[in-house]
This record gives sequence, structure tokens and C-alpha cells, in this order.
Amino acid sequence: MLNLDQYNCLGAALRDALDRWPNETCLIESDRNREKSRLTYSDFKDLALPLARALQDADFRPGERAAIIMSNQSKWLVTAYAIFYCGGVVVPLDYKLTASEQLQLVAHSKAKVLITEYHLWRAMTQAPEFDNRAVKTVLVTEAPLRADLSGAFRWEEYRRKGDPVFESRSREDAACIVYSSGTGGRPKGCVLTHENYLEQCKALTAWYPFWPGVRYLSILPTNHAIDFMVGFIGPFVCGACVVHLRTLRPEFVRDAFVKYKITYVSLVPMVLKNLERGLRGKFDELSTVKRFLLNRMIGLNKAMTRRRANVKLSRKLLPQVHEAFGGELLALITGGAFVEPSTLQFFYDLGIPVVNGYGLTEAGTALTLNDLKPFRADTVGKPLPGVELRILNPDGERIGEVAAKSRTIMSHYLDEPELTAETIVDGWLLTGDLGRFDKNGHLQLFGRKKNMIVTEGGKNIYPEDIETVFDGLPVKESCVFAANYVWKAKALGQEMLVLVLRLEEGQEFGEALKNEIVSRNRRLPDFKRVQGYMVWNKDFPRTASMKIKRTILAEEIAGSVDRATVAEL
Amino acid sequence: MQTSEQTLNDILALAAAHFKVPREKLGPDDDFFKTLKIDSLQALDLLTKLENHFHVELPDYELQGVSDFRTLASRIQSRL
Repeated sequence: MLNLDQYNCLGAALRDALDRWPNETCLIESDRNREKSRLTYSDFKDLALPLARALQDADFRPGERAAIIMSNQSKWLVTAYAIFYCGGVVVPLDYKLTASEQLQLVAHSKAKVLITEYHLWRAMTQAPEFDNRAVKTVLVTEAPLRADLSGAFRWEEYRRKGDPVFESRSREDAACIVYSSGTGGRPKGCVLTHENYLEQCKALTAWYPFWPGVRYLSILPTNHAIDFMVGFIGPFVCGACVVHLRTLRPEFVRDAFVKYKITYVSLVPMVLKNLERGLRGKFDELSTVKRFLLNRMIGLNKAMTRRRANVKLSRKLLPQVHEAFGGELLALITGGAFVEPSTLQFFYDLGIPVVNGYGLTEAGTALTLNDLKPFRADTVGKPLPGVELRILNPDGERIGEVAAKSRTIMSHYLDEPELTAETIVDGWLLTGDLGRFDKNGHLQLFGRKKNMIVTEGGKNIYPEDIETVFDGLPVKESCVFAANYVWKAKALGQEMLVLVLRLEEGQEFGEALKNEIVSRNRRLPDFKRVQGYMVWNKDFPRTASMKIKRTILAEEIAGSVDRATVAEL
Repeated sequence: MQTSEQTLNDILALAAAHFKVPREKLGPDDDFFKTLKIDSLQALDLLTKLENHFHVELPDYELQGVSDFRTLASRIQSRL
């Protein structure tokens, strides 16, 4: 791989990577059963530089921002490189947000350029918040021939001849603004520097290296910190290949493992559980004799890999299982949310290590990772090289808030100096997560200090962000809590959002109100929906400026009622 | 061509069979994530079944924001 210590910015590292491995395949894009494109590093360069030149001709300057809203595909990475080449700042946004939410974040980021897919752009132009003067240049991909582009340009045609000027950046300059939450309330745009990414990449590849020939299957959205690092920067600076699927349907994902002989893949816990369910289903269909033999081989594999993973041996002991994953898989990488230890153990026992870690957008990608020496299903691993972790104010069980110091910690929240000062104190990032170290230096997590949940799909949901959807409900007042924030669980998992209702004097909770709640809840994307509700019989405590005193309200609720009083919605 | 109502009924029957729940438990306006207790990947699985049945191809993003059978039926109907 490239020696990242010698680079000041991602653009320079990527530029050298394209020249170092010109004939290696860097990107494969597949849609269902059809391979759409295959690019070498040299092809990638030929696509990106004319785009960079066109952006420069359109007066896109170093330090300016460009938002990308696209599902995983080659054009995402080509575009990001062109932006870095111009010295620009990439704002990766979630393509699954609603059009209104996307417009809100584009506006918040003050992006000068927006690159998106045609159908997403069409939805944005129809949203009430749409203002066609907000972004100077809009590029859309795969627009139909005679489509109304509403002022946008076609990505495929947006290129100019002539060499663009490479604009170098310093390590302290912003590389990306990544939103960790906040479409309804307070947008939290994490400003991550070139230093953050270069150091994160160095630390991750020290434990899990890439090399030419490695194939990484990119399933997590590229706007997600994990995929941006492990599905773009990491493989590229090592000459490896990234495989994009334009569909996430399970049968095509399964086929891709075999067709492309995948080496690594990152998955959110939900997908991992789905894979586990599928495999268990297959095992259950086996005859008694075959099942007996499989269990014996799993037992043998378990015994022989207790101290250290040995994928080569596991492939020999359990060939059918490994062939179903293409036969080249070295590890599944997971993170972004809580994973059941039993799921991790299930895969490890089959000889497929799951690299479990812990991180947050504010910290780049990962703070800890399981180094598999030995495998531990009950922890999130050890701090990565260069990461210092502390447990603040530990209780009698040595559990306290996890604080982190590292060169991978973000510079600040965009336009939020107070929030930044509350979050990064004396150089330590206060994570809001509760944890402790075991005697082997592994971090164990025990819940959250913050009122938030992380879904199995790896999405951070802050209750304050979704409360607006319940504004105007025919009740006296309402608010949303993370259940584990109210009833301190000292555990992760079983996270849910609860709508707390304070009814008017004499008002009864009836079917009409429930239907209204259900209907409003449906306006939210499925992963943001409230799963339960409860009626509270006192007025909410409020500050002088009428803000709800959430900590006090949560304590009052937990002190008087049990979690079991939450009714399912 | 079949009517919207027929499309909706077919979808309800196929979903019930695929996830092994009694047909009468599913209503057109039910949130299928909740009623069938499925996640978004299982919903994509169902979509593949429906595509094969109706001989249409729906990109993944067609399911974005769709969570009830009636809206799903209208997306499929528009491609028949």
C-alpha cells in the first residue's frame, strides 16, 4: 500500500494510487444478474479528470463543498475523487432520506454543487422546500433521454477536455462533512479533515490490510463512514477492488459473494442477522445424518480456532459453507450498531470471523476493533493503533462514559461551536456511550448516556429530530424518548423509540387518537418510526424558554412506571 | 389487464403465503413491516417474489417510503 505518512490530503494519495496500479481493476458495478461496468485504476482516472476540469471551469474552487446523494455505484467514487482533485469538500448524504430532508442538509452544508441520481433530483424538485437557486451546479446521473432536468446537467456529459489543476490541501483542511443526525432538529455536520481520514486508514489497514486482488463488496451506503473508508479510501490506497451492487436484494447479494469471490464485506447487524437466519434455515433442511456431520465439523473447527482464527483451515473443514460465500472470504466487518454476541459466535464457529468494532461518525470510522487474537463475541475489541480511550466517572462496576482521543477525531460540528465545545473537551471526544475495559484491554459497551438509538441498520436516531411529525396531535403535549434512556438498561439492543403523551384534562386515549398517531408515524421513514407509546399523567417539566426538561421527565417516568407500560404501536 | 383491486388482492395473498401468515390477518392499509414483523431486507425479498409474479421490474428505491400494501400495489399497477 501507499505510505500514507507522506501525504497531506486524500486527493494526493488517491492520485498516486491511480498511477501506481493503472491496470488493476478498481471498480466493478453489477445490477442484479448483469455486470454494468468494470474499471481499472487508469479507466477511473480517465472518467474523473474531465469531470474535475468541468467543475473547475464552472468555478468550483478549493474549500468549496459538493454534496453527493447516490446509491452505491462507480459514479459515486469517481465524483468524490474529482471533488478532492479540485480541493473541494465532499458532503456525502444519505440517499434514503426524504427529498425534504436531503434539501435541508444540502442547504445546511452550503454546498455549491450537488451530484445526485435523476429520480432523487426529480423528487427534490417537487418538494415544498425546493429552491432552484440554492445550489449553483447540479449534476444528475442516468436521466432519461427527454427528461426535464429542471436546470441540472447530465453527469455523463459533464466533462471538459484539458488537464484540470490538482489543488493540494493541508492535513487540517476539511475533507468531508458527514451528517451524523439531525434532519428534523439540529443538523450535526461532522467536519472531518484529511488528517482524520489518512490516520484512520493507516490504523485500519495495519490490522486488516488490503492488497491488489482483494475484492471488497460494498453494501453499506457509501455516505456511511464505514463504507467511505473501507469501501473507497482503504482499498484504493492499496490497489484493491470494490464491487458495487445496484440492488440489495438478498438473493443477488448472496450471488455476488460467489460470482466475484469477495474477500471482505461490511454489514450492518440487520443484514448479518438475515444471513444467519438464511444459513440456519438451510442447516435445518439437512437430513439428520448430514446435520450430525455438519455439527461435528463445526465442533472441530471451534476447537481448532479457539485461540486464533484460521480461515484456511476452516475452509477445509467446512467447504460447503465457505463456497457459499465464494471461497475467498477472509472476514465480515460489522459495526455501526449493536450486534448480538450469539450472531458473531455463529459465524465464527463456521470459520468466518466477524470483525466487530465500535465507532461513531465524530471519530472518523472506528475507535476499537476485534483483532481476533483471540476472537471475542462479548466485546467491541481493542483500541486501534493511535487511539486512546478513557472511562469517565466509573461507577462501582467500573462502567462510565467512553471518551476518546485520536488523530481521527473530527475537527468540529459545522456552524455549531457550542455543541462542539460540549462534545470535544480538552481534546477528548465524549462519546455518550457507556463502557468499561475488561482485564485484557477489550472494551465492553453497556448502553447510552444520550437520548438516542442506533438502529440495527446502523442509523443514529435522535428523538428530538422526529418529534415535529407529532406536532399538533390533539393532546396537551407529547415528546419522544429512547426507551433505554428512560429505563437505564445497562445493555445495548432492544432499542426503541417511545412516544409519551400528556392528554388534556378529562381526555381519554381512544381509537381516533391512536389512528392519528399511526398515520403520522407512517410519514417517517421506517427506520425512524416510533414503536411504542405511553400516556403520562403529569405536565412535562419545562425550562423558562418552554423547552422540555428531558432528563428530569425521563427520571420522573422511570421512577413511577415500568417499561412494560409502553404499549406497542 | 387486471384491475388495481385484483393487484392488491394478489399482493396480499402472495405476502401471506411467503411469510406464512393467514391471509385474513392482512389488510390493504396495514404497515407490512409491522404486520408481518419483517425488516427492510425481507421486504426486498417479498418485492422480488412480486416482480416474478407480475413480470415487472421495480428498482429498490421504489420501495423507499412505502410501507403499506395499497401503496405497494399502486407502484406495481403503474408498471403493468
